[in-house]
Amino acid sequence: MNLASYSFLAPRIQPGDEIVLSVMEHHSNIVPWHFLRERQGAVLRWIDVGDDGSLDTDMVDAATGPKTKLIAISHMSNVLGTVSPLKEIVARAHAKGVPVLADGCQGAVHEIVDVRDLDIDFYCITGHKLYGPTGIGALYAKHAHLKSMRPFNGGGEMIREVSRENVTYADPPARFEAGTPPIIESIGLAAAIDYLSALDRGTIKAHENDLYAYARERVREFNWLRVIGDAPGKGAILSFETEGMHAHDLATILDREGVAVRAGHHCARPLMERFGTASTTRASFALYNTKAEVDVLIEALAKARKILV
Amino acid sequence: MMDDSLRELYQDVILDHSRHPRHFGPLPEATHRGEGHNPLCGDRVKIYLLLDNTNHISDIKFEGKGCAISQASASLMTDMLVGRTVEEADTLMGGFLHMVKGEADTGALNADDRERLEVMAGVSAFPMRVKCATLAWHTMKSALEGGEAAGNE
Repeated sequence: MNLASYSFLAPRIQPGDEIVLSVMEHHSNIVPWHFLRERQGAVLRWIDVGDDGSLDTDMVDAATGPKTKLIAISHMSNVLGTVSPLKEIVARAHAKGVPVLADGCQGAVHEIVDVRDLDIDFYCITGHKLYGPTGIGALYAKHAHLKSMRPFNGGGEMIREVSRENVTYADPPARFEAGTPPIIESIGLAAAIDYLSALDRGTIKAHENDLYAYARERVREFNWLRVIGDAPGKGAILSFETEGMHAHDLATILDREGVAVRAGHHCARPLMERFGTASTTRASFALYNTKAEVDVLIEALAKARKILV
Repeated sequence: MMDDSLRELYQDVILDHSRHPRHFGPLPEATHRGEGHNPLCGDRVKIYLLLDNTNHISDIKFEGKGCAISQASASLMTDMLVGRTVEEADTLMGGFLHMVKGEADTGALNADDRERLEVMAGVSAFPMRVKCATLAWHTMKSALEGGEAAGNE
């Protein structure tokens, strides 16, 4: 997102130009656009989600106008699990000549992604969500966009010629990869992608969705627990608030019971505000989780309740 | 059977303070104010105190939202600091900050205060939660030093 913001969008932004984004974005798909607001007078136009966390293509379309320079939207929300109707969003944006960037940090892990079929302009992924290393990610962009983008960092490897008077740049993608790359991380990321690619993604998705459906059903026994995000077709992310228990206290107890959850605002403050809360607890289901582990989570929740309330 | 460190962290005294915080609410006549915020978890706390002309803390109140640890810590702190001089408060705050980090040296803390603060010592086994326990104390410090917004280290 930072690369797309600096190299693609910044040179195209005049004061008053608009960037459309949803309230369910992660800060990493918010802050690079705030930079353009602060530095160049861009206007951020926010699309709300429904009370169930669903995202409506009509609302994206309605927010897209003659001044819109980019739509930046999460493929799958890291808090709600909502899956955006990307293909429709892209088709309608392109009809107005507006490019679309997707934050695919969750989408690439839990959905089956075909960037050509989506016809998406930019798609971002991160290594650590893909069972790979930290500190590395990737930006997919249409070649025509890449060709039009100015360099980001300067250094070795990204040049064609350097003289005392002048510099010319390598073709993309090398143009954007200054200096010695994170070699170990690259090898690790490739290994993670190879690993996932060798598996049947449809089977993984079905497995995760089964776990989610089971967990969603089991938490109904707790009348002190409110699930946030119930959009149709959502991914396997269970976020919830608990009456009388703060997410961080709950997470500490669940951790001691062997259940790793994420607690807090999930780097999605605008979304927390939208749902009137400061923090939630989130259980995410992955290919390696089991139904028995969902049972452990449920028992641990009951136990935490006994300790804290 | 509950894990011992968990039992120590969420012992009755702490849960009692978090459920029934002492000195909770506004203090319009406050002479010093501090506001603390932990951007990583979203916890917020406001501390109000009234210093009299003999440098004694004659009243303290706090307001805020947060986890059981941060609320209990703020409540315990206000309970212990009321009636003290600024110098005594400094000693107490310094000792507490050492204690929750698991350090043996708690400075000039006397045995009584040490014993009362001991309920919070279990936090040192949960490094992720130390910041929850210290937020109110850092905010108190900043209130006494002039009342700028306190972050957490």
